[in-house]
Amino acid sequence: MIELEVDGRQIEARPDDTILSAVTRHGIDIPTLCHMEGLPPSGACRLCVVEVEGNPALVPACSSAVAPGMKVRTHTPRVLDARRTIVELLLGSHPDDCLYCARNSKCTLQDLSENLGVRQRLYRGEKTVRPTDVSSPSITRDPDKCILCGRCVRVCEEIQSVSAIDFAGRGCDAMIATAFDRGLNLSTCVNCGQCIVACPTGALRERSYVDEVVAALADPGKMVVVQHAPSISVTLAEEFGTKAGQDVDGKMVAALRYIGFDRVFDTSFTADLTIMEEGSELVQRIKDGGPLPMLTSCSPGWIKFLEHFYPDLIPNVSTCKSPQQMMGAVIKSFFAEREGVDPADIVSVSIMPCTAKKFESSRPEMAPEHIPDVDYVLTTRELGHMLKMFGVDLMAVEADTADTPFGERTTAGKIFGASGGVMEAAVRSAHFLLTGTEMAELDVQPVRGLEGAKEIHTKLGDLEVGAAVVSGLGNARVLLDQIRAGRDDLHFIEVMTCPGGCINGGGQPLGADIEAVKARMRALYRIDREEEVRVSHKNACVQRLYDEFLGEPLGEMSHRLLHTSYARREDLAEAGSKD
Amino acid sequence: METKVIEEAADIERVLEKHAGAGRDHLIPMLQEVQERCGYISKLAVSRIGDHLDLAPSKVYGVATFYNQFRFQPKGKYHFMVCRGTACHVKGSLKVLDMIRNMLDLEPGETTRDRLFSLEVVACMGACGLSPVVNLNGEFYAKVTPKKLASIIKECREEENENEQD
Repeated sequence: MIELEVDGRQIEARPDDTILSAVTRHGIDIPTLCHMEGLPPSGACRLCVVEVEGNPALVPACSSAVAPGMKVRTHTPRVLDARRTIVELLLGSHPDDCLYCARNSKCTLQDLSENLGVRQRLYRGEKTVRPTDVSSPSITRDPDKCILCGRCVRVCEEIQSVSAIDFAGRGCDAMIATAFDRGLNLSTCVNCGQCIVACPTGALRERSYVDEVVAALADPGKMVVVQHAPSISVTLAEEFGTKAGQDVDGKMVAALRYIGFDRVFDTSFTADLTIMEEGSELVQRIKDGGPLPMLTSCSPGWIKFLEHFYPDLIPNVSTCKSPQQMMGAVIKSFFAEREGVDPADIVSVSIMPCTAKKFESSRPEMAPEHIPDVDYVLTTRELGHMLKMFGVDLMAVEADTADTPFGERTTAGKIFGASGGVMEAAVRSAHFLLTGTEMAELDVQPVRGLEGAKEIHTKLGDLEVGAAVVSGLGNARVLLDQIRAGRDDLHFIEVMTCPGGCINGGGQPLGADIEAVKARMRALYRIDREEEVRVSHKNACVQRLYDEFLGEPLGEMSHRLLHTSYARREDLAEAGSKD
Repeated sequence: METKVIEEAADIERVLEKHAGAGRDHLIPMLQEVQERCGYISKLAVSRIGDHLDLAPSKVYGVATFYNQFRFQPKGKYHFMVCRGTACHVKGSLKVLDMIRNMLDLEPGETTRDRLFSLEVVACMGACGLSPVVNLNGEFYAKVTPKKLASIIKECREEENENEQD
């Protein structure tokens, strides 16, 4: 342990601490713009400067190591003045239009300006005027609001290993851009939205479909049906100011109904259905000898990543559509038929933790006969926004239950929202499919938790099975490279695009730290612990859907409605030759 | 046109061969050599160099755009270099530059769609005594005024028209 003095107080630090990490642990808040938890410091924004005795210059706390006997002062007038000047300079070239900004009241730059007492426009620099990139169905990029902190670039490269964007140009012309500054839709962007979560300003935001949904709800000729993903009920409350980890499933259902949705369904239902299809597919592949390992297909960012970077592994991916798209497909087929409604008159909306789901729903193969299975995807944040627009105080709403037949779920479908959840649900049902008996202990602890890569080797009946769970595409890349190099001890791999899974998705409430993500995860496993039906194959409504409509898992009807295919994506060179 | 694309691709491959097994520190020399051979950095070049050095295209593009020396569109048949050095600036090179931009609807680094004209801004050509200086396809034009420049561009166009009629 190292002792140092901070603002006249003795504190203890670890030898590998920076000044920032040491003082933060002791409850002293030093502002930062470019710092990212868990990644090496970049030291770009200089907001975290502090005074260190014996050092004539201010030093950045994020990238200065602690030393024994060091005397640090974190909030002297000189320090505060330096920080305020930095913010004032940033504002000098910022559009300064907070009232019209999607991030109004959720913006780090705005908070800093408030906390540091910026009260006048001291610097009036040239404002950047560049077109907003609206090419992507998931992410809107407004370069004018960008302060070049580089957090989006880092998350895209260092966490997701996608590197769709980087710094381009120099000096006043510097900007964040894709290769050749093409639209995001033409880049390798996988639409995960982690850049949105990382962005301190309004430069990155989801492509919003709130207006379209509001219009649909007001249209008497439309039947508007909504589904909500497993993780939404444990994160939505944060949009209303509560602490992370509160499950508001019933309140959310009631609120959705109140604002006018005709039916409220639970995507966890089709998560259960996914387990039936994907589990059967896995068992069939094991019996028929491959291709193995089978890779999960529910995370659309991951699917696009695979199509760009690992097209040779496309045969390994499950052909199952994601739960969102399965729900969309059964709504516009079975449900439409049962209700006697023309599928063209149904507006199918989904509430997702994810921006990539917006892209997924727009894939042409997800729109048979040009009628999309899912019309609009809203993120958790957009739903929060919409409820406020409709004057709904979520926390005061009386809880209600979802509609039949797609409102019933097991907890196996619910835990899809956390990394490892799909695997755990699959293991529970695969055990039953292979042996005819239930597992004695349903908890599969080794696949739980926030670690980026988890593995389990277990026996299902007589069969020795190897399975891996990865979240965050950088972790996926490591494992996929091993598979490419010939690793063959794995049968099944769950891949989630975002670190920790959907509970940390790019569409989730902003400002969540790792503790908040853990709390969200605990909330899902609490539901799993407390409810009775914990295996997907016991979902009675799923069984009925097979009896009345689908036939059997992997049957002809399933194949047509619930399965899909993937294709290699064109790279820059091929695209360039057409320009 | 088609043969030009094939030639460019072959040129890029030659640069890659020369830097076989190279690390990321070869990025800038490789970009320079590609530009030397092809006259510009194409999408194909960025993609191929990226593959070669295990760098994302956005990174290669990011590095390349940091330096003024790289252009991303092929040079036009008439390539204007406008000096924006101190002496030329004092003698009114900004007006000259604006004239080209307006007449050809062209920004520095760009090429007209018909591939006839391209524009480049340089810091100093070492001909300060002749300022403001414009260089067209290697030929220096001294003490250029917007009016003089307009007639140079007009001449280029007339030359093109004659070529077409032939």
